[in-house]
Amino acid sequence: MRIEILGSGCARCHGLEDSVRKALTMLGKDAEVVAVTDMQQIMAYGVMSMPALVIDGKVLSSGRVLSPEEAKKAIVGASV
Amino acid sequence: MLTLFADWFTYTLLRLPKGRLITEAVHFFAYDIPKIYLLLVVIVFAVAMLRTWIPAEKIKKVLSHRHQFVDNILAASLGIITPFCTCSAIPMFIGFVESGVPLGVTFSFLVASPMINEVAMVLLWGLFGARVALLYVGVGLLIAIVAGVIIGQLHMEKYVEDYVYKIKVGAAAGDDPMTFKDRIVASWRYVGEIFRKVAPWVAVGVAIGAFIHGYAPENFLARYAGRDNPFAVLLAVAIGIPLYSNAEGVIPIVQALWAKGLPLGTTLAFMMAVTGLSMPEMIILRRVLKPRLLATFIGVVGLGILIVGYFFNWVL
Repeated sequence: MRIEILGSGCARCHGLEDSVRKALTMLGKDAEVVAVTDMQQIMAYGVMSMPALVIDGKVLSSGRVLSPEEAKKAIVGASV
Repeated sequence: MLTLFADWFTYTLLRLPKGRLITEAVHFFAYDIPKIYLLLVVIVFAVAMLRTWIPAEKIKKVLSHRHQFVDNILAASLGIITPFCTCSAIPMFIGFVESGVPLGVTFSFLVASPMINEVAMVLLWGLFGARVALLYVGVGLLIAIVAGVIIGQLHMEKYVEDYVYKIKVGAAAGDDPMTFKDRIVASWRYVGEIFRKVAPWVAVGVAIGAFIHGYAPENFLARYAGRDNPFAVLLAVAIGIPLYSNAEGVIPIVQALWAKGLPLGTTLAFMMAVTGLSMPEMIILRRVLKPRLLATFIGVVGLGILIVGYFFNWVL
């Protein structure tokens, strides 16, 4: 599983990354978490509100800082 | 009800004697803080809810194919309800330009978004009254619309960095489906996020207000930067531009300036310069705008703020 956090490194983006990492710990799951800051790559996903969560190339949320609980749901949902 | 609370807090709980200055100040504090916090929670929640139905991806669709001038108005208005995190500035800009939103319309949005938002509205309402809050919003909109129309007329499309036009924007990401309950949960959490960030500033702003309300105001600033000084607005804007703060952070300063006798026009111009134009924002925008367009943007918006400042000083 490849998890990408889209954003330009602002506080809210770090918040989302934290939630995702917490969620992974809670699930006892190992996954690659990458912060994507390159604008071309971000725009390729068609999202405009940061931060956005992308799992295995699929945009699961944008413009929101998910809570660890919500991130957990998104990760579980994406693994099925 | 809030007055009752303030009465109870001041006279019953703290047993302060009526009529003393300190009592007045405490009473003012006990009345204003709950009032502003309440306004903040209610309005931020309402706007956050509204926002869950209008994500940025939808906004650009709305703005793409219509009458230009109408689009400027629409873009500026949508800027009010869009929270502006500097980190979204570039993706929004690219997304707008890519989907065919005219440059001028994009700028109307870019100007309005950081300068006017529901938090600024609530704070101004709570601290300065409804009239000032509405003036600020109205004038902010006007500047955003006019600045956008002017930039649109200048046809500066070639001063957008070339790579912007080359970026391929992916097909709009699938709407992440939200149930009504999701929306409420998300909005409520957003209220928490904002509240934690803003609450301390409100307390500082009100404390300054309470202090000045309770103790005699000294019109220090009025003497040096009052209506008679023709350079006051210019100076306020020049100081405000490099400063960076969101509306909530600048409000205590604005409150202090105003209470110390700075005229309203100068005060609002300062606030607009701080929130609407800022160093970090320019550095970020430089990544998509060539210097000439960036300078035009700063010039047009700065000039608008100056005019507003002088106009209010003259009228009010």
